Amino acid sequence: MYDFVTGPLAWLAFSVFLVGVIARVVLYIRGLDWKLDRVTYTVNVSYGVKGAIRSILQWIFPFGTHSWRSYPFMTVLVFAFHIGILFTPIFLIAHNLIMWERWGIRLWTLPEPAADFLTLTMMTCAVFLVLRRIALSEVRILTTGYDYLVLTIAVAPFFTGYMAHLQVADYRFWLILHILSGEVMLVAIPFTKLSHFVGFFLSRAQIGMDYGIKRGGMKNKGLAW
Amino acid sequence: MPEGIFCNRTPINTVEALHTLLADKSGKTYYAEMNALEVDRAALKATLDKTCKSRIRTWLEICAHCGMCADSCFFYLANNKDPKQVPSYKIQSTLGQIVKKNGDVDNAFMQMVMDTAWGKCTCCNRCGMYCPFGIDMGVMFGYLRGLCYSQGFVPWELKIGAGMHRIYRAQMDVTSEDWVDTCQWMAEENEEDWPGLEIPVDKEDADIIYTVNAREPKHYPEDLAEAAILFHIAGENWTVPSVGWEETSLAMFAGDWEACKLQVQAVYDAMERLKPKRMVVTECGHAYRATVIEGPYWAGLKSGKTPVPSFHYVEWVAEALRTGKLKIDPSKRIKEPVTYQDSCNYIRNAGLKECAREIMSYIAEDFREMSPNKEHNFCCGGGGGMNGLGRYREQRNIGLKVKRDQILATGAKLVVSPCHNCWDAIRDLEEVYHVGIRWSFLKPLLLKMVIVPDHLKSEE
Repeated sequence: MYDFVTGPLAWLAFSVFLVGVIARVVLYIRGLDWKLDRVTYTVNVSYGVKGAIRSILQWIFPFGTHSWRSYPFMTVLVFAFHIGILFTPIFLIAHNLIMWERWGIRLWTLPEPAADFLTLTMMTCAVFLVLRRIALSEVRILTTGYDYLVLTIAVAPFFTGYMAHLQVADYRFWLILHILSGEVMLVAIPFTKLSHFVGFFLSRAQIGMDYGIKRGGMKNKGLAW
Repeated sequence: MPEGIFCNRTPINTVEALHTLLADKSGKTYYAEMNALEVDRAALKATLDKTCKSRIRTWLEICAHCGMCADSCFFYLANNKDPKQVPSYKIQSTLGQIVKKNGDVDNAFMQMVMDTAWGKCTCCNRCGMYCPFGIDMGVMFGYLRGLCYSQGFVPWELKIGAGMHRIYRAQMDVTSEDWVDTCQWMAEENEEDWPGLEIPVDKEDADIIYTVNAREPKHYPEDLAEAAILFHIAGENWTVPSVGWEETSLAMFAGDWEACKLQVQAVYDAMERLKPKRMVVTECGHAYRATVIEGPYWAGLKSGKTPVPSFHYVEWVAEALRTGKLKIDPSKRIKEPVTYQDSCNYIRNAGLKECAREIMSYIAEDFREMSPNKEHNFCCGGGGGMNGLGRYREQRNIGLKVKRDQILATGAKLVVSPCHNCWDAIRDLEEVYHVGIRWSFLKPLLLKMVIVPDHLKSEE
């Protein structure tokens, strides 16, 4: 079982993830239409690029925009959650050891307590994101089962990984579940809302170009996001 | 009955059809017929296939349902934070469903969509600034209005308005003759006080071609006279076109993209015909948005720009004050606290916030910013066609509360509002809520405080 989930299944998951994500990007860009979107993407390019970069950069930092500053609690949740989800798997010592064993490459690694902290923080944030969905009427009205499913898919690899790491129960069981849930997440990225993995950058770039080219960017210093 | 006599999918293209629809007072029969209007599902699906591309589909798909757009919407705030006013909910429950069902929706659903697209959103685009993904629900509501219009589900006044543009190339029944007559009348009316005052019509190679909102010749001709006097004082070489003088677009509010194109094309043709160096448009927000910002796309201009560089009136005023073409008498500056209504259409959606501040620095001694302001300002409450829609008057009046409170918080009793829709909304909020405020365009204020060069003064 272990060989299967870390072998062919892992390759399949990574391939679907990679091809899917590339397809997402290509299809998005191919679907942009200067006349329908009313943005001259290929004319006034420098204004577009500037607008896109500003739009991404200001939003990628916590409290970088009016919106982030208006919701400090949500901002902390969102950023702590995403830092955990992105950095922990890439810089986890256990993952890098596997890469080292298999391909002889490894990245800088997080000290174990730091990885534990990020994982626990990320999971705590997820709990608060759920509570927020239940507690706030403006979020509750938008929430569907699908939102919980997507959150579960994103959190599962971390929860199972942490359980395996604790080695308190059946290590083998949690490890295989961890690998499987990681693979589910990878495959889910191109096909679900998790596609915001690239969609965030595409959408932010697009609206940045819109403001940069058409909605004032050529007449002022740029929108104060 | 698939289509009604008044309420149908056919745009108004003739004077007869226009008069027939106008005769149906307040659209009583029109809305009654709407209950039986069939949805042309095949056409709706075909339109979606053709026009709903990756940008909108991605927006609808990746929306994280986080609710961060909620507080950005003045309708949400004005309606005691009713969750049904959350922008994301409004668009997901309308356009989101249409896309999900690929156009397979019924009459009752489309009426709900219409009531949401025009009665719960002014397309101010503020929500898009508060969404981490940059999902601009105002843009999507604009698109949705187009879908509704194509199916005949459009408020009565806007069906008429779009028809006006199709017939008169103006939002009201002002013909080219009416317009030119008004120009002559206003020039004659004021020539005694302003010797040499002209409103030159169809002058070629002028520095400025000036274009207006049809309401001005129709209801406020003095606005045209004031513009002429200010150009006269500033020594501008200007003209107005006899055809293509109207900048507004009720067609844009209606989602009638064909009429939008016809309208802006008339203005662009005037630019090509008269070859001015640049165009200046009156104090109207959506007119500027329609003709200068969106118009080039409707007309298929690949540069995304109008045939000659185009400026909102606030840009011209800021420049005239900066360069000394207009000089303000310091003793006549506004002494009382005064605030400025940032119009969504030329501030948030066209980036002219600094011009407004520059003007206020010249004309006001106690300028007070609203909070929030500039591109983050709230819609006046009457944008997107809302002011003129009888069916949504109550919702409009509720929405005005946000602007009322913003104005009151400044402590100012005077609001400078260089936008027709904002001006109307602020006038109406005073009528509804009696808070004791006044409101003004820039032109009358400037005329009260500008220094008139001796050689332009009348001998009396």
